[in-house]
Amino acid sequence: MLGFKSWLKALYKFTVTGILFFVAMNPVFSEEGSLAKGKKTENQADKSFKPGEFIFEHIGDSYGWHILTWNGQEISVPLPVILFSRTKGWVVFSSAKLDHGKAMYNDFKLELEGPNKGKVVEIKKDGSQIKPLDISITKNVCAVLFSILLLLTIFLSTAKKYKSIPGQAPSGLQNALEVFIVFIRDDIAKPSIGHKYEKFMPYLLTVFFFIWFNNMLGLIPIMPGGANVTGNIAVTLVLAVFTFVITSINGNLHYWREFVDAPGVPWWLKLPIPLMPIVEISGLFIKPFVLMVRLFANMTAGHIVALGFFCLIFFFGNMNPAIGYGVSVLSVSFVIFMSLLELLVALIQAYVFTLLSALYFGMATTEHHTAEEHH
Amino acid sequence: MSLITVLLEAGAEVAKMGAGIGAGLAVIGAGIGIGGIGGRAMEAIARQPEAVGDIRSNMIIAAALVEGVAFFAIVLCLLIVFI
Repeated sequence: MLGFKSWLKALYKFTVTGILFFVAMNPVFSEEGSLAKGKKTENQADKSFKPGEFIFEHIGDSYGWHILTWNGQEISVPLPVILFSRTKGWVVFSSAKLDHGKAMYNDFKLELEGPNKGKVVEIKKDGSQIKPLDISITKNVCAVLFSILLLLTIFLSTAKKYKSIPGQAPSGLQNALEVFIVFIRDDIAKPSIGHKYEKFMPYLLTVFFFIWFNNMLGLIPIMPGGANVTGNIAVTLVLAVFTFVITSINGNLHYWREFVDAPGVPWWLKLPIPLMPIVEISGLFIKPFVLMVRLFANMTAGHIVALGFFCLIFFFGNMNPAIGYGVSVLSVSFVIFMSLLELLVALIQAYVFTLLSALYFGMATTEHHTAEEHH
Repeated sequence: MSLITVLLEAGAEVAKMGAGIGAGLAVIGAGIGIGGIGGRAMEAIARQPEAVGDIRSNMIIAAALVEGVAFFAIVLCLLIVFI
């Protein structure tokens, strides 16, 4: 057991070092000449600022992680593109080879227009496009991996601390985390789920801190923050699916019977046309769907507002540099205000997601209370 | 060109005005809802000041839920404008 633990620790340290090394070395390699001269003249040609493009570039996903553009030279971390095409099998290459849709590598290129916009497609011999199975490490995937690393670091060290000083007062990071963990246990899990709350605590804690950390990381402008993870509907979809699956698996007979035979509803709403069951079953799917959309829309809207204020600066600056400077003072103060609000919203959205998940778990596992029991 | 063709050509862009109107209506709804929640929470705190902690957390939960509904409309309007 001891050998396994130290092996695990070594593997963990190796992975962290490897990732840090990979991240640190890559910006150097991504400045490859590829059309650098061409880029400069192109910049002067279409210098007009497009706010829509600017905003979507920042809230969307991308194959490379763009850090900044210095003097027309782009500095970004080229993340690996991992594809499985039906003709070539597994293909792995660096996203720098895609060159933002200008270059073609091995019959693969980043499509910039049409229905496949923003995705890597394979150009077949007859010119038609086909999308390969794409499991690349994109910006959002990389950000999720980073937040996983952060969560593991924080919580594993705190768990070790708990084991090493049993029964004593907490200190340091353990102290800070205990506030939140006890809050989730006493104010979210116990009141919503009742005495069976311990089974659901791991999931509730995970989802709370995952959403909260990713929301906060999305507000930091430099790498490794700044990737709009929780504003990606695929991520929130997965979280909502987890809640749905756990609710459904833990639903007891009483819970499922209530769908077909809602208590206190007159019989003519269930038979011959099962109106109540239809309403109940659509509710079953709508509740996780709403969880997904609430988190996605809150985060994306916050980012869009903050980016919109920045767009104002460039928009007015293009008309007249003096107005640009004037507007920038106003815009930056608004963005600071919005960011403070976003910090609050980050915590509130994590809290609401966790609370609603706990409520659904509670509803799925309540014991049957008949009217006679209340006397 | 006839009036119809002129209107049709302008139609695609004018349709985006629908998105703006929709977003505005959604914000009105959210404003009324969350304002109501806040106001009643104030009244409740005035009636029983020692329950301020409970009232505050319940108010925030209700506000987040109402805001979620308003965001549905915002997302739909964004879909109209950009897709």
